[in-house]
Amino acid sequence: MSDAAILRAVPDGSARLRARAESEASRLPPLLARADHLAGTVLLGEHGRRRAGMGDDFWQYRPVQQGDSAAMIDWRRSARGDAQFVREREWQIAQSVMLWVDQAASMRFSSDAKIEPKADRARLLALATAVLLVRGGERVGLTGTSLPPQRGRAQVLRLAEMLSRDEAADYGVPEHRAMIPQARALFISDYMGDIAELKLALTKAADRGVRGVMLQVLDPSEEAFPFTGRTIFESIGGTLAHETLKAGDLRTRYLDRLAARKDELAALARVTGWRFHTHHTGDSAQVALLWLWAAMSGGAA
Amino acid sequence: MLGAIGFAVPSLLWALLALPALWLILRAVPPAPIRRRFPGVALLLGLKDDDQVSDRTPWWLLALRMLAVAAVILGLAGPILNPDRSTAQGSGPVLIVLDAGWGGAQDWAARQELADRLLAQAGRDGRPVAMLRLTAPEPVEFLPAEVWRARLPGMGPQAWTATAMPALPESAFETWWLSDGLALPMQDELFAALEAKGPVQVYQTGRAAIALAPVLVEDGALRLTARRALAGEARVIGVAAMGLDPAGVPRALARIDLTFAPGASEATALLSLPAELRARVTRFEIEGLRSAGAVTLSDDSLRRREVALIAGRDDREGLELLSPLYYLRSALEPSVDLIEGALLDILPANPDVIVLADVATLSGAEQAALLDWADKGGLLLRFAGPRLAASDLSRTEEDPLMPVRLRAGGRTVGGAMSWGAPKSLAPFAETSPLFGLAVPDDVAVTSQVMAQPDPTLADRVIAQLTDGTPLITRKRIGQGQVVLVHVTANAEWSSLPLSGLFVQMLERLAVSSATEAPAIADMAGTTWAPFEVLDAFGRLSATDALQGVDGAALMVEALGPDLRPGLYRSEARVMARNVLGSDDTLAPAIWPARVPVVGIGGAKETPLAGWLLALALLALAVDVGATLALSGRLRLARAGVLVLVLVMPRADAAHAQATPDDAFTLLATAETVLSYVRTGDATLDETSQLGLQGLSDVLFFRTSIEPAPPIGVNLETDDLGLFPFIYWPVTEQQPQPSAEAYAKLNRYLRGGGMILFDTRDADVARFGGSSPQGRKLRSLAAPLDIPALEPLPEDHILTRTFYLLQDFPGRHISRDVWVEAAPADAEKIEGMPFRNLNDGVTPVIIGGNDWASAWAADERGNPIYPVGRGQTGERQRELAYRFGVNIVMHVLTGNYKSDQVHVPALLERLGQ
Repeated sequence: MSDAAILRAVPDGSARLRARAESEASRLPPLLARADHLAGTVLLGEHGRRRAGMGDDFWQYRPVQQGDSAAMIDWRRSARGDAQFVREREWQIAQSVMLWVDQAASMRFSSDAKIEPKADRARLLALATAVLLVRGGERVGLTGTSLPPQRGRAQVLRLAEMLSRDEAADYGVPEHRAMIPQARALFISDYMGDIAELKLALTKAADRGVRGVMLQVLDPSEEAFPFTGRTIFESIGGTLAHETLKAGDLRTRYLDRLAARKDELAALARVTGWRFHTHHTGDSAQVALLWLWAAMSGGAA
Repeated sequence: MLGAIGFAVPSLLWALLALPALWLILRAVPPAPIRRRFPGVALLLGLKDDDQVSDRTPWWLLALRMLAVAAVILGLAGPILNPDRSTAQGSGPVLIVLDAGWGGAQDWAARQELADRLLAQAGRDGRPVAMLRLTAPEPVEFLPAEVWRARLPGMGPQAWTATAMPALPESAFETWWLSDGLALPMQDELFAALEAKGPVQVYQTGRAAIALAPVLVEDGALRLTARRALAGEARVIGVAAMGLDPAGVPRALARIDLTFAPGASEATALLSLPAELRARVTRFEIEGLRSAGAVTLSDDSLRRREVALIAGRDDREGLELLSPLYYLRSALEPSVDLIEGALLDILPANPDVIVLADVATLSGAEQAALLDWADKGGLLLRFAGPRLAASDLSRTEEDPLMPVRLRAGGRTVGGAMSWGAPKSLAPFAETSPLFGLAVPDDVAVTSQVMAQPDPTLADRVIAQLTDGTPLITRKRIGQGQVVLVHVTANAEWSSLPLSGLFVQMLERLAVSSATEAPAIADMAGTTWAPFEVLDAFGRLSATDALQGVDGAALMVEALGPDLRPGLYRSEARVMARNVLGSDDTLAPAIWPARVPVVGIGGAKETPLAGWLLALALLALAVDVGATLALSGRLRLARAGVLVLVLVMPRADAAHAQATPDDAFTLLATAETVLSYVRTGDATLDETSQLGLQGLSDVLFFRTSIEPAPPIGVNLETDDLGLFPFIYWPVTEQQPQPSAEAYAKLNRYLRGGGMILFDTRDADVARFGGSSPQGRKLRSLAAPLDIPALEPLPEDHILTRTFYLLQDFPGRHISRDVWVEAAPADAEKIEGMPFRNLNDGVTPVIIGGNDWASAWAADERGNPIYPVGRGQTGERQRELAYRFGVNIVMHVLTGNYKSDQVHVPALLERLGQ
């Protein structure tokens, strides 16, 4: 490429990049706002470990037991009576939570203008969960090495930015490298792609003691298959195609396969100690978030 | 043929047999596949279709398509509802004969439709056709029916009935005769000729033609007579007398019902109308009938002329038979309305004729008024007499109101002191309007005034004596004329007034109008030019392209292309020729019993092909929609409809947008607004704006008037009527308004508006002085409709509408402020401080005190221009504001403060 061509291309390219960045940035605040709003509906009543351990906050005084060193005695409390007390602090070890949100083309599908694309719902739920987790003092990040878990509000912004990037691939593949041992994970996808990759990721995660939650986000039409007549079905990216003369006849068999896929996913989750749930974009996001929060905190408790 | 439906190309219907095959084909062909994005395709991979046949097109869609195809086939087969089977389907040429007279005009539309139907039938059968209108015969030519169908709308009926035999072609043909139902003079002959060529079929309505006979005057009432061709059952028709109402609008002035008794063919009634109304009637027509026969035009015979009689000084009271007007009065009384009085009192009544009997001297005003009246078409008839003969009128120079110059003294023949016998009248020349009147032998002239032999004399003589001396001369003045009879109007100088010729002459000269139809002999030799003719439908239209006809022919000859019904004019006389003469009757057409006579009505034949093809299109359109809906592609179509729905209301909204004019009107009318004339001088305009703003603020603070910010008006473009008060500063440079602007200004002043003219030069010039602004004011105000002015009197309403004022200063102190002058009869009542002036708001105030500068204030209320000095100056500014307040109060409340009711309060405040 000649210099002139580069000179021509650069402003053009940078302008395009800038425009995309602007449009992406404009999407962030609403996503964040919605995520915050959604997270606000969940009461943080169960926050904290509710047991003694390492931490900054006072938890309780307990009588001295055998084996407690003298240095552990809280003399100020003990001086009020005859017994000696040990001051315990609340256990406040922060967990690392890794998110994987499917950004692939298949997630950008929506069957109706009134229903948001699956990817939007997935991002919303992931970010809302992240907001809740950050508020709870956990460290949140993405799987892989792109965004390691950190705490703080700034991490939510970084997450939002990372989550807003679309992938070109037709079906998403979970990242199974750089799993932090004993961390927690949240996978959100439609799980329409190759299940072998998922199986690999989950078994590796289980090997490292990572447990977590799998949320399947589906469009209502993927659940109902309301098609008839001669149809060529194409994947969103256009890599896969299937022609049928009578789409109506395929319905039962499609639904069977979908149910089989769900069963397979549930079985995988059982084996690896994960939790699995299916959410439809036609339903309220809040329901899914409540389930997610319960599943995440329940698993940690 | 199926019942009421026939087909033009029945063989095409065989194509309907192909429909079942189409059904099978449509069923077998699969619909085009839809491309769908669907992530779940990953789960579909590898699934095989159970059945290799695609989804069937739904049965109702198939049925829709079959319907469309069937409609196309049927439509192309040319179905016709109510095909015409009244004519035998024959072959060979056809001649369609139309009477096309006025009798058929009343249901011409039905006739035309029938002709169209017959032509369509002939066209379907491929027969050559010729059409022949008996009233306007043309050479018969056989052409394809379609050609005649195109020409048919132009083949209207005529306002007369046919009388002549048309030329017929040699070859044989069939005849379809559309008769008007009226007998034709050559009907039997023509029928025989046509029957010799081939079969004849007659079409005729059952409706009888009705016509109005000319209206006759009977004992002051109008005798209306209607006749009908078929004496059937009882029938009532309404007849309306049409004419211009006083506002000049044509309308029915009166109406009357005529009743045909059962079996009677004539109905008659008397209509009594006031003379004034009768003179306005131009035509009578049968209500609800459109034909020339249903109209009868009225002419001079209905009109009573107004004749003013004026004699010279009437000093011989009591000698009635010697009165110059006696014979005139007797001759005219039966047929005209006589007016007598002073000449200038009579002229505004605009009489048709003014008779001056032996009047020699006319004042300058009278002469001018008479000339003006004659110029507009008046007829001035003068009679000679001793006074005329003794005067110097038209002696050396021709008087404008005399046709000839006169010799001094006149002459006397056959008297005791003269030679010769009394002279008698010579027969009238052909060029004379009196031509044709018989000259009685016993008319003798003993004295007369003599015309000077001028070059123009020969043209002006319309009657002369046997020795060639002019007896009656005439001169045209504009549209009117002056006629001089060289003898007296009484029997003093001649026996002419005693003879019957006198009356006839007056009729001919259109002094009087005949009350009876003129005799044919009287009419012979006169030429009548048609100026308005009737068409077959009874519409009157002006014409000037038709030839004049002889008077006798006009009365007796049958109507035709050369003699159309209508109004004819000869000299100043108007005569009407109507379709039906006074004695004419209407005879129905009688046909031999062997001839089939068919009515004209009948169901109209309607081609259905268009409807069927439209149905097919509609079905296909529905099919497109349904197919799209089935395959889920209706979204685009929905978007299209959405766009339509969105665009249409916007188009409406565009119309609803207010125009800038409306905005200006709204601005000016939402509140009271003071205004000033934009002079084009930016500084001055700003001063006016600020001045009126200052005055508006003062009004706002001190009174209940709360004006909006002032508006500058452009005299040429803006509507002045929106403003109660306009301030007009005068500069030398401002352009003179256009004529339209002046019309607007005058309308404004007459409508109660007020203009304050300010020359702003009271410091250097007195009012009416020749300052440049004063001169400009004069030129500006000259075209304005301004009443007489006077300096503002001490008791003028402006001195007390709000504040009590004696001075009206602006920046300058001058008492020269002029307003409309009080009426001359305004009187001061004893004990009252003011005159009793209860009417009118002065339309203008003119002064030069530069009020706007004194009023001008900036937005904080600080004065902009200095007024006077110190405290005195401030007092002067205050008085200027008070004057402004008084003006606006005067404009808005009128002369309310002039009411005497306020006197006590005012007296108290004045401390009196």
